Amino acid sequence: MQQVIREKAISLITSGKAARVIGWREGEFFYDQTPEVFTCPEDIEKNFVYNGFSGANLSKYLIKESEKEGVVAVFLKPCDTYSFSQLLKEHRIKRENVWAVGIPCEGKLDIDAIRKMGVKGITSLEENGDEITVKTIYGDKKIARAEALAERCRNCKSRKHVVYDELLGEEGEVLESARFDMVEKLEQMTAEERFAFWQGELSRCIRCNACRNVCPACTCEKCVFDNAASGIENKAPASSFEEQNFHIIRAFHVAGRCTDCGECSRVCPQSIPLHLLNRKFIKDINEFYGEYQAGADPEEKYPLMNFTQGDMEPADAFKKGE
Amino acid sequence: MQIEEKFEPTIVAFCCNWCSYAGADLSGTNRLQYPANVKIIRVPCSCRVNPMFILRAFQRGADGVIICGCHPGDCHYTTGNYYARRRMTLLFSMLDFLGIERERTRLEWVSAAEGAKFAATMNDFVATVTKLGKNRRLEDLRCNK
Repeated sequence: MQQVIREKAISLITSGKAARVIGWREGEFFYDQTPEVFTCPEDIEKNFVYNGFSGANLSKYLIKESEKEGVVAVFLKPCDTYSFSQLLKEHRIKRENVWAVGIPCEGKLDIDAIRKMGVKGITSLEENGDEITVKTIYGDKKIARAEALAERCRNCKSRKHVVYDELLGEEGEVLESARFDMVEKLEQMTAEERFAFWQGELSRCIRCNACRNVCPACTCEKCVFDNAASGIENKAPASSFEEQNFHIIRAFHVAGRCTDCGECSRVCPQSIPLHLLNRKFIKDINEFYGEYQAGADPEEKYPLMNFTQGDMEPADAFKKGE
Repeated sequence: MQIEEKFEPTIVAFCCNWCSYAGADLSGTNRLQYPANVKIIRVPCSCRVNPMFILRAFQRGADGVIICGCHPGDCHYTTGNYYARRRMTLLFSMLDFLGIERERTRLEWVSAAEGAKFAATMNDFVATVTKLGKNRRLEDLRCNK
């Protein structure tokens, strides 16, 4: 697939159809890839990669790139097209300046999941369909691909591209996923247990703002958390602001617009399961106001910009859970 | 002699200018009693209440936050309270998910004519929060100087 995508990227640039291509460049380690704007065919030939670690959702880069002159081509995995569609709906991207190429995705790998299996000294990795071969300094190790998948890809919600200009490979289907399982498990706990769980997770936050910066739904030019007068624009030593406010508001500000792409959890250097907060909102919205998938339908009004006269009261929402 | 320290909660009430704030006024002119723990903040509409206001109130020492708006259908701006209702439903549910006691937050519809309801609601809410005790889970120690 990588070769097909590379050739596509080169032909888009040499034919003059696109001035720039957004893709993935290999970073310092093979599992560490950087989103990159390519302009030169030789560079693409050498450095453009697409494999199990090309996890980054490239749709957010279109906000800035589509403002520039000329057409920008972008490669979007199925879940990225939901974010792209949502951004188009919010008029954040100049559609005429974008050439979107849908590419297939078999689920992305998580290096931490492989490390947790006790594989040490990893030097490189080969993907062959349902099996991956991890090369280590102690020899090769074969692992089933399903076991090395990132959490968000284990519970993949859709392999269908919602918006694209052309498609490489075959179109997939919307899938049945068990993505709310963990949220449900937490809901079953007592308030004390939940509080302890979230304190344990959120207190690790170093407030690097990576979750905010990577999120394709978080696109305000001025963010509430950057207000220098508020005294909360940075991590303060011995503060509990992150647990009490930052992550709640971060998730709330994208509630109803979050497509559940899982980028927040992927980039978190402290491995905080931030997607659970977003999924809680998605689950609540589905239960309270009807099934809604952000990005799936460009016409549908999104839940927090809509209402019905018979909406439930907050007190009734609690009763429903009992 | 032993002095018994009674816990007095701090309650922040966001009241809509057009209904609940007038309702609070009415309960005063009717000489209905409600505890002085309730600190009223006047807002132009229940929809003006940003989730951040609620969390900041808790961080700065509130033990309970109540939002009072016009009854659905009676909003001065036609639809504000409907949006507020959706937002607060989701926010309160999220706070519950994070393990915050669900009784600390409340949304009530109080019209300008319901002075008695305002007093009754506040009495009930203060009693509930007093029973719960001090808010420790959302309190920011930096604010406690």
